[in-house]
Amino acid sequence: MLQLRHTPFHERTSKLCQPQNWRRWAGYLVAGSYELTLDREYWAIRNAAALIDVTPLMKYIITGKDAARLLDRVVTRDIGKLKIGQVYYTGWCDDEGKMIDDGTVSRLDESTYRLTSADPNLRWLSMNAVGLEVRITEVTDNVAALSFQGPNSRLILNRVADNPVDGLKYFRLMQNKVDGIPVTISRTGYTGDLGFEIWMEAKDALPIWDVLMEAGADYGIAPVGILAMDMARVEAGLFMIEVDYTSASHAWIEPQKSSPFELGLDWTVALDKPGYFVGRRALEHEKKEGSAWKMVGLEVDWVEMEKLYAEAGLPPQIPGMAVRASLPVLVGNVQIGYASTSSWSPLLKKYIALAHLQKPYYEIGTDVRLEITVEHHRQHAPARVVKLPFYEPEWKKK
Amino acid sequence: MTSNQYDAIIIGGGHNGLVAAAYLARAGRKVVVLERRHIVGGATITEEIIPGFKFTEFSYVVSLLRPEIIRDLELPKHGLKILPLPSTVTPMENGDYLAAWDDHDLTRREIYRHSPKDAEAYDEYARVMARMAKAIKPILSIIPPDPSSLHPKDLFGLLKLGKLAYEMSEKDLYGLAKLMTQSAGDMLDEWFETDALKGTKSASGIIGTFLGPRSPGTAYVLLHHYMGEIDGAFRAWGFSKGGTGGIAEAIASSARALGAEIRVNSTVKQVIVKNGRAVGVALENGDEIYAKAVLSSADPIVTFLKLVESKHLPDDLIRSIQSFRTRGSSGKVNIALSELPQFTALPDEPALYRGAASISPSIDYIERAYDDAKYGRFAKEPYIDMIFPSMIDPDMAPPGTHVMSCFVQYAPYDIEGGWDDAKREAFGETVISTIEKYAPNIRRAIIGKQVITPKDIENIAGITGGNIFHGELLLHQLFFFRPAPQWSNFRTPLRGYYLAGSGAHPGGGIMGAPGMLAAKEVLKDGMWKA
Repeated sequence: MLQLRHTPFHERTSKLCQPQNWRRWAGYLVAGSYELTLDREYWAIRNAAALIDVTPLMKYIITGKDAARLLDRVVTRDIGKLKIGQVYYTGWCDDEGKMIDDGTVSRLDESTYRLTSADPNLRWLSMNAVGLEVRITEVTDNVAALSFQGPNSRLILNRVADNPVDGLKYFRLMQNKVDGIPVTISRTGYTGDLGFEIWMEAKDALPIWDVLMEAGADYGIAPVGILAMDMARVEAGLFMIEVDYTSASHAWIEPQKSSPFELGLDWTVALDKPGYFVGRRALEHEKKEGSAWKMVGLEVDWVEMEKLYAEAGLPPQIPGMAVRASLPVLVGNVQIGYASTSSWSPLLKKYIALAHLQKPYYEIGTDVRLEITVEHHRQHAPARVVKLPFYEPEWKKK
Repeated sequence: MTSNQYDAIIIGGGHNGLVAAAYLARAGRKVVVLERRHIVGGATITEEIIPGFKFTEFSYVVSLLRPEIIRDLELPKHGLKILPLPSTVTPMENGDYLAAWDDHDLTRREIYRHSPKDAEAYDEYARVMARMAKAIKPILSIIPPDPSSLHPKDLFGLLKLGKLAYEMSEKDLYGLAKLMTQSAGDMLDEWFETDALKGTKSASGIIGTFLGPRSPGTAYVLLHHYMGEIDGAFRAWGFSKGGTGGIAEAIASSARALGAEIRVNSTVKQVIVKNGRAVGVALENGDEIYAKAVLSSADPIVTFLKLVESKHLPDDLIRSIQSFRTRGSSGKVNIALSELPQFTALPDEPALYRGAASISPSIDYIERAYDDAKYGRFAKEPYIDMIFPSMIDPDMAPPGTHVMSCFVQYAPYDIEGGWDDAKREAFGETVISTIEKYAPNIRRAIIGKQVITPKDIENIAGITGGNIFHGELLLHQLFFFRPAPQWSNFRTPLRGYYLAGSGAHPGGGIMGAPGMLAAKEVLKDGMWKA
């Protein structure tokens, strides 16, 4: 009983997970990686096809006459515009306009939606549903989810799906069958590559896994853990709750909280939508006044960094994975922000970071310095503020 | 040869008296502790009532012991080890159970089984309570200012309090105001829907008070218990190696090492007053001991009404102390067992026996138990908080056997017709048969037991009314009201006489703060300079 939950794929993943580096995710155990080094898994995402167990994502089915009204009240995007078969990425805020969580809203039919989130949100949704005709059901345990990412993912899916997924556009979903088993396939993911997420009943998890692995064998499919996905999402400029921002409902102090504007989610805040939504007033105010902080990309000047290591007689020592540690960012000798995730990008051959910088330093092109530790000594490598994402292949949306 | 002249005398060798002695000795003062019984510890003791079985007789868990005391007095060097108590489980009347572990994910999953909404509310509730506890915890370490005084020290103190309030968010401030006035039951109803969860949580709001979970003011008591701290982690309860007696022994050992003298079997009869000053104490055996400062770690009733003749104290203080609430409401049953009780509702999971098990299926259950007590009877179906010390510290019982500590509420001090052996026996029987409903093997497992009523707490530990906190944790008995208005700064109207027990700010529980703060005030006053 004193065990974390296993996902419905555990029977397969546990046999494949060579390093036994299980990670905790929302009360589940998931593989950190399947191989002893991350390289092949990372390159499966970027060059072939990666099969990632993302079952621990929290999932809610919201249905009823007022389902759209509830979601429109909670999230910042205009749910009135969400068409059947369409998916929105969105954040949602408290009344002070600070982010509580982020995830996707999928419209499954006229009055049924699926919300995914990182944290439990049943209570928050219920509190906002007072007086509305809506039923909220958590289906996290009942619905298994696979993220199937990489340039070959479409090819492989077409081999096993009853209906081809060629016509499935970016952030759209379709009902389909794989090996005769009903699944929902959405053109979504957390890697910034061509990719899909496959939603199925938990009992169907293993056959779907097997069919995909078999069909993908000739196309370079690899089971991929969350460590390699972490590198890909940094390249894609995608942030992670509790790593790159603190949920307003977890924060101890005000400065720990972030608004969607501060996280670069301006495009998801539909201030033009009709009526009230949670945080609207505060967000309108921030829109007018400008944000004090902004999340940006940082590219470290490799040549200059190499010199700092060379002075110690070393080649650059950058961990081959995403590092979730807060690193100070300076201008001159004054700290003007911090990087929340930094990573080596094997594809770009760059040391990159997601950083939170104060006004006015968050403007693209600003020169800053990122703290690095060279042989136990604190050093600062020159870096430049760049536009996110760091990497966006043309096939991501095509 | 024992001397009769000291810098300071401490009346009572409970944990607060010992802490005060250690701090004074640490400052270089010549100190003696006078303890009535043959062992030190007061209500913080472990005794082998049945050979081989160590009973943590009265107090049984610890969370509030101030970390600065542990560091200042180097208690780990003197044997203090606070072992984790990682879970609480509540067997339910429908045969299910509700558990909470120290792991967030496991606890969430477990509560989720009962109510998905409660599983989330639990997180938020814990954060709100932790935030409020954090905001008001500094109060525990400051001397309450007198709000009616214009003395710069008091004004400064009030200012500090104001700052604490100022630093809280508006939401938390309203939350705190609400918490100060609400009942634990009403507050928990706002958060949760699972009866066993609410019942178990509400119990923290009534422990040591003569109130029910539906009585206003109990929400604050609940927060008070939330302030427990071990290694800086909020709300971590622990079990001290060797039982709570291990804490008293560690403090006593530290005090001795610092030069304090501890005399057991030394009952103080009266404080000697000369020229409006406390100058020493007279013992039952006729001995007289003199000192510049006399600290009483006894409860306020004993301190002000028994140890000092009333002519030395102002009428209004006497009246305040006379109305100070010290109604004992709880008892203990300590049991030596040949095997662990097997709770039928519980899964086969030894880890659960390393934590607490609680008979608290609902708020109504506890409120009904209170109803009995209100009218002078012990609860027919009491709230019971059980731990199994031998599962946490294997040295508590011979190998293969166990000891079990049951804290029981309610058992009124003022029971109809007064406590006697027959009533004590009936009380013990009620507790056993209540547990038996959940763990049918308990009766055959009993090797021996000790039943403690509030009257026994009074007789053995010397606490008036048998109230485990030396006075209930009621809002009108806390902070600048504790123990009486204008006398919350450990001093008394009698120069040289101080209150250093749990009846002083910030109150009871194995916290040690009253003893430490009183000693620091004594040192500030520098009685021996004159």
